[in-house]
Amino acid sequence: MKFMQIDDTDRRILRQLQAAPDALPRDLAERAGVTPATFTRRMEKMREARILRGAREDIHWPALGYAVEVSLRFSLDKTDPRAFDDFIAAARLVPEVIGIQTFLGRVDVRLLVIARDMGHYQSVYRERILTLPHISDIEALVNVATIKSETSVPL
Amino acid sequence: MIDLDDIDRHFLRALSRDASLSAGALARQVGINQSVAWRRVKRLRDAGVFAGRRVELDLDALGFTVTVFLGIKLATKGLVSLDDFERAVRAIPEVQIVQHTLGLFDYRLRVVARDLPDFERVLRRRIMTLPGVGNVEANILLSEERLTGPI
Repeated sequence: MKFMQIDDTDRRILRQLQAAPDALPRDLAERAGVTPATFTRRMEKMREARILRGAREDIHWPALGYAVEVSLRFSLDKTDPRAFDDFIAAARLVPEVIGIQTFLGRVDVRLLVIARDMGHYQSVYRERILTLPHISDIEALVNVATIKSETSVPL
Repeated sequence: MIDLDDIDRHFLRALSRDASLSAGALARQVGINQSVAWRRVKRLRDAGVFAGRRVELDLDALGFTVTVFLGIKLATKGLVSLDDFERAVRAIPEVQIVQHTLGLFDYRLRVVARDLPDFERVLRRRIMTLPGVGNVEANILLSEERLTGPI
């Protein structure tokens, strides 16, 4: 089953699940206004259709001693057709890179980089980031505070 | 700060891919006793290592086909306008992430939308009307990968 049309009941269940991923199934069922049996059946169907792909734990890096988070925005030298592939393959090998995104817009690629402190960041930046291939420009945004962080969508 | 050994690291990597793994399943992966595994996960949890559980949905199948990152520069500054801005922006349901940043922009936003016309609606009606908003730069997300990081 590849394509599945979700209905209002599914949507209510997903809304509750997004709002409280840790909650017990019977509580989620109650909040969504369905019986536990319906809840289980609907969840199973959405899992089979791969609409619901599972859950993951987000790591809180400061608790592991990584206090610095920087978003590095790259423009790549697009005259080389291998620029994106080479750059991304090399960026994957840097342990401090925790996310890679590609864009349509002024920014080509963004790397999310974490470091223990500014000294550590500086050495990662010099030794591992500036040495990545095909860079034509870099801009840094240092994360001061995360005001909101959700994966929910307005269903 | 919490010290990690190889088993802790394995658990962190495993749970950051699949949060539904039970203590029993984790214990089997590394060949330790289930109650020991449970205590280890609890120690990690108590140390604040987990920022929160995230449900992973197929956004395309649910009709959300566009994700855009916005860089926002405020036009007016001062504590009052930051508070106003933050309160208003976090209430927008299409805005998933709000980060206060240092650099080219004051804020970084992750916005989901059904399609480009829907994004335009969010941008015009909800983002451009935020208190104090100045320059806005948009970049449309094409691909994204999450890496394990230094654990």
